[in-house]
Amino acid sequence: MRNIDVLIIGGGPAGLAAAISAYEAGCRNILILEREENLGGILKQCIHNGFGLHTFKEELTGPEYAQRYIDKVLEYGIPTQCDTMVIDVTPDKIVTAVSRGAGLEHFQAKSIILAMGCRERPRGSLGTPGWRCAGIYTAGTAQKFVNLKGIMPGKRVVILGSGDIGLIMARRMTFMGAKVLACVELMSFSAGLKRNIVQCLDDYDIPLLLNHTVVDIAGREHLEGVTVAEVDSKTLKPIPGTEQYYECDTLLLSVGLIPENELTTMAGVKISPATNGAEVDESLQTSVEGIFSCGNVLHVHDLVDFVSEESAKAGENAYKYVQGKLPENEETLEVINGFGVSGAVPQHISKKLGEPITIMFRPRGVYKDARVCIDVGDAQVAAKKSRILTPGEMVTLKFDPEYLQKNTNADKITVRVEVQQ
Amino acid sequence: MMKKEITCIGCPMGCRITAELDGDKIISIEGYTCNIGKKYAQEELTVPTRMVTALIKVEGTHQPLSVKTSRPIEKSKIFDCLKEISQHTVVRPIHIGEVIIKNVCGTSVDIVATKELI
Repeated sequence: MRNIDVLIIGGGPAGLAAAISAYEAGCRNILILEREENLGGILKQCIHNGFGLHTFKEELTGPEYAQRYIDKVLEYGIPTQCDTMVIDVTPDKIVTAVSRGAGLEHFQAKSIILAMGCRERPRGSLGTPGWRCAGIYTAGTAQKFVNLKGIMPGKRVVILGSGDIGLIMARRMTFMGAKVLACVELMSFSAGLKRNIVQCLDDYDIPLLLNHTVVDIAGREHLEGVTVAEVDSKTLKPIPGTEQYYECDTLLLSVGLIPENELTTMAGVKISPATNGAEVDESLQTSVEGIFSCGNVLHVHDLVDFVSEESAKAGENAYKYVQGKLPENEETLEVINGFGVSGAVPQHISKKLGEPITIMFRPRGVYKDARVCIDVGDAQVAAKKSRILTPGEMVTLKFDPEYLQKNTNADKITVRVEVQQ
Repeated sequence: MMKKEITCIGCPMGCRITAELDGDKIISIEGYTCNIGKKYAQEELTVPTRMVTALIKVEGTHQPLSVKTSRPIEKSKIFDCLKEISQHTVVRPIHIGEVIIKNVCGTSVDIVATKELI
């Protein structure tokens, strides 16, 4: 069994940033385990630009953004093992992995950083009727085919769901010569970033059908077409008589992302039902001591820049834990999701918080001219105005240690949206 | 007088900008919250530009090379640019930042590689 100080599961943007910061904090016994052939994670296939505006003050493509971190990892000589699949993590921090090269391996880690990312919601989770024919892909799978393998899935495309990957693929398929007939969204708003709606749909006159969904899938061996119907904006049930048939050979699904937390669960880490990721405190430590979580496996982010930032903190704190410098068993306050707030991270904040931290969450709906408020106990300690909040764009709030002094008897912290009448 | 709504893409804020136009003349621009927004609105109303990312065939493999324009190009030239890119084939090794096509479609913008291909 090999002994590792900071063992990182996942070599995507989260794992890379965590490794670099652990190294920069002084750790010299790090290992990154990555199941794919190369480092970089999902960024490898995100060849569009728009990454790194916050971190590098320039717009990079996915592979370029990843390469900056990969170069750092190589420069520091941080050991990485690709083509290696972690199959078990125990609460005692024993990690079991398999690979062609080394077979079955066990590692005893002093600390573990979970950075496995997320996966796409599949067709099976939607319950759409119709045959299980070829031609239906999640948007990310199609993205991998086109951008990495050089294979086009089809020529006439309908996109169900308006998540960012779906929007990006609408443009990519258009660039590759396909006709994108429509992007169909169940809700009355898109879950994607505004700039993707503008640059990927509006620019190419691709209609965004809000409050619509696919109600039938035609084709036995291969997809032949889909039936799209309008839905009632309140019940989200299809309205009879509004059906329209679209002849197409490809249906792309962009209907949400799910953090990949099988290993997290094996390790006995408590999962938050709001984020489907681990519950963490301000140091990104989970309910199991010495196990940290960051990036999309913790909660699905909108921008990779925030993933890098968060993961750097996890790396630094994991090494602090190894050195015994991370405060232990401190009393914490629970962070409650108030009105309009979903999945606030971290879920726990220490009563002895020393430095300002960031709270992130996704708004539950679209709110105009809103204020985001933080309450410590019943006392409001901070408020931030926002002209618009949408579920597609995460909100980041600064939480100052001073806030806790304003109400020392508090038993909880609430983050909520206040809509001005 | 014509009203035009633009969504700023300068940053994830996505500010909604409203402009009043009289023919080609910009009468007013409202709703931006920084200079990037103001500049973006002015450009969108006169000569809109976009960064273009694309794929180029690599000799001896089906796996393509990802590339981008070195600067944003005029929106109206996107498909001409894509066509020119599709007619090229590259030979490995290629490094990030390497110029693949100079002066694409006479725009004085280059097409550069965005991934390492050894």
